[in-house]
Amino acid sequence: MSVRVGEAAEAPSFQKAAHALLEDAQLRKNVRHATDVITGKRAHVVGEQHDWQQLRSAASAIKAHTMRHLDDYLLQFEAACTAAGGYVHWAGDADEANRIIVGLIKKHGGKEVIKVKTMTSDEIGLNGALEANGIHPHETDLADMIIQLGADKPSHIVVPALHKNRQQVREIFMRTMGLEELGDKPEDLTAAARRYLREKFLKVKIGFSGANFLIAETGGVCVVESEGNGRMCLTLPEMLITVAGIEKVIPRFRDLEVFLQLLPRSATGERMNPYNSLWAGVHAGEGPQEFHVVLLDNGRTRILADSESRETLHCIRCGACLNTCPVYRQTGGHAYGSIYAGPIGAILTPQLFDMEHSQSLPYASSLCGACYEVCPVKINIPEVLIHLRGRVVREQQRGVSLEAVGMKMMARIFASRRRFEAAQRLGRIAQWPFEREGWIRNLPGMLGNWTAVRDLRPLPRETFRSWWRDREKRNG
Amino acid sequence: MQISLFITCYNDTLFPETGKSVVRLLERLGHEIEFPLEQTCCGQMHYNTGYQTEAMPMMRRFVEVFRDAEVVCIPSSSCVAMIQDHYPKMAASTGDTALMKDVEELVPRILELTELLVNKLGVEDVGAYYPRRVTYHASCHSLRSLHLGDLPMRLLRRVRGIELVELENIDRCCGFGGTFAVKNGEVSAAMLDEKLQCVEKTRAEVCTAVDNSCLMHIFGGLHRQRSGIRTVHLAEILASTEEQGAA
Repeated sequence: MSVRVGEAAEAPSFQKAAHALLEDAQLRKNVRHATDVITGKRAHVVGEQHDWQQLRSAASAIKAHTMRHLDDYLLQFEAACTAAGGYVHWAGDADEANRIIVGLIKKHGGKEVIKVKTMTSDEIGLNGALEANGIHPHETDLADMIIQLGADKPSHIVVPALHKNRQQVREIFMRTMGLEELGDKPEDLTAAARRYLREKFLKVKIGFSGANFLIAETGGVCVVESEGNGRMCLTLPEMLITVAGIEKVIPRFRDLEVFLQLLPRSATGERMNPYNSLWAGVHAGEGPQEFHVVLLDNGRTRILADSESRETLHCIRCGACLNTCPVYRQTGGHAYGSIYAGPIGAILTPQLFDMEHSQSLPYASSLCGACYEVCPVKINIPEVLIHLRGRVVREQQRGVSLEAVGMKMMARIFASRRRFEAAQRLGRIAQWPFEREGWIRNLPGMLGNWTAVRDLRPLPRETFRSWWRDREKRNG
Repeated sequence: MQISLFITCYNDTLFPETGKSVVRLLERLGHEIEFPLEQTCCGQMHYNTGYQTEAMPMMRRFVEVFRDAEVVCIPSSSCVAMIQDHYPKMAASTGDTALMKDVEELVPRILELTELLVNKLGVEDVGAYYPRRVTYHASCHSLRSLHLGDLPMRLLRRVRGIELVELENIDRCCGFGGTFAVKNGEVSAAMLDEKLQCVEKTRAEVCTAVDNSCLMHIFGGLHRQRSGIRTVHLAEILASTEEQGAA
């Protein structure tokens, strides 16, 4: 098995990556501005939906039900999709998925592919696999195109180029499209992208997409987007290949009613996506005449096996948790070392990897709970983070860590009133070398991370319990 | 009413004034306070950092100490959240049915200070006097675990002499997050910096909250930046009277 999440295996720890990103004032400004705009729009359209909480509960229930019967629904999807003229392939991991996809493209005799925005293809590292086989992928989602042309990495699951501003995009376009002149107004940039992309849409014969939803009942696939570039990729080519994680299946067509209200409001603050594409199999004389779906596991069944964290698979990739997260707000997405950033990335990436990598990610949160509050399918991300921290601790305890020793010592102290009171006294003695004029400004070791920017009051002479005890004595 | 006080390990050790204020306030309102000396820590730091096994005996100890309490008052929303959100699951994982029953019966009797005052005791005007310009920081657990809503503000609005100023981005985390503040010190500091800018903008004399953990973080930053703004736990404001003077 080779479970892969982009290039996350080589990524530095969250702390290390964050250190460098915190220095990038422009990036942080871009991230703050973009997330403020999206969260503002989201709050507005969520506020006008009076049954928002019921919709969340319904979505959560549909997802929980689907996960309990995932095997049945996947087989149902396969049968319905095949009956409609599509081909279904099963991929255990990233390499298998890439082998299947490259094989299909080679068989069709293509050298180029136009792509609709798909995070799953980034997860399996598809573009690299295609290029290694002499096939050139063209990203057609505007933000993905900016990332591809700029040889950058996505920093957000919905708006992958959120860390770039207009001037930076203009610079990338001028450089890579060979333009002499280009304005930096949104209209100028979209006009340049349109000219560049239209040529590809008309020329390239193979389309590639991800999926927002797979519908078991009809064998249908649903893709929602804002630009219409996706619609071009889904309708113009001769052949269409879709890759989707197995968790993307929903039981019935009517379930879309719930998700298509939740997803656009949560993702982009829109009541509805401008483009909602739905298709099943192939239709003679209309659209692609060959259609393949690759169903991807890549670690997902392992997540499904853990009852404490399987709700991670309920995610519909709206990105609301990233936009609201106070940690993501400071660092942007690249700190997470994975194409899945933010709170959902902090729980998804380490689980896909079976915790071998990314052990720092479950700690990249202050557990403030803002993610849980906005999640349209009610994933209790703080709860899952805590559960995963437990797994990290158990794995790390195979070795010796200073933290574990300290934690065990503290646990022993809290297990006895006598030891607790002795520790309170000892603390007052131990702090004197660090105390200056009633404050502590410099501490050693890990605690130095606190005093780097914050002062600390020393322990007061009297604890609450000693005050209470004296008072009780006085009162007899 | 007989009210048992769980002061929390860090209030006991670092913020005794908060505990004294809770006692003064509740006694002034005519209630009797009990403080079991066997209490230590709810286990939050261990549990949230991934040391769930180590937190188990602390849960058992808490239940042991407070099992027979009529009502338990805790002046810290994050410790209440630890108990409400995690104790039932922790108890269930032991398979110990007696413990599960104890936890189930105890959890509804655990109340954060403002919940106790407004929801249980039915008071909003506690007779406090506090002639200062004050801004209120809503801690994450008070907002999103306990859903305290406007309870703290309802109490503050009835304090005589107080001038309340609204804090911008009131619902955003200050960046403390327990061990997060040291494990991800730099990100935590960046979050704190944004919070401090909002606090400074209020031109308040005092920033208050229902959690001393957030306040320790905010005050630590304010003091390092030589700001004149102090932090004071809500209990200390509510305990202040014209006769005794303001904290």
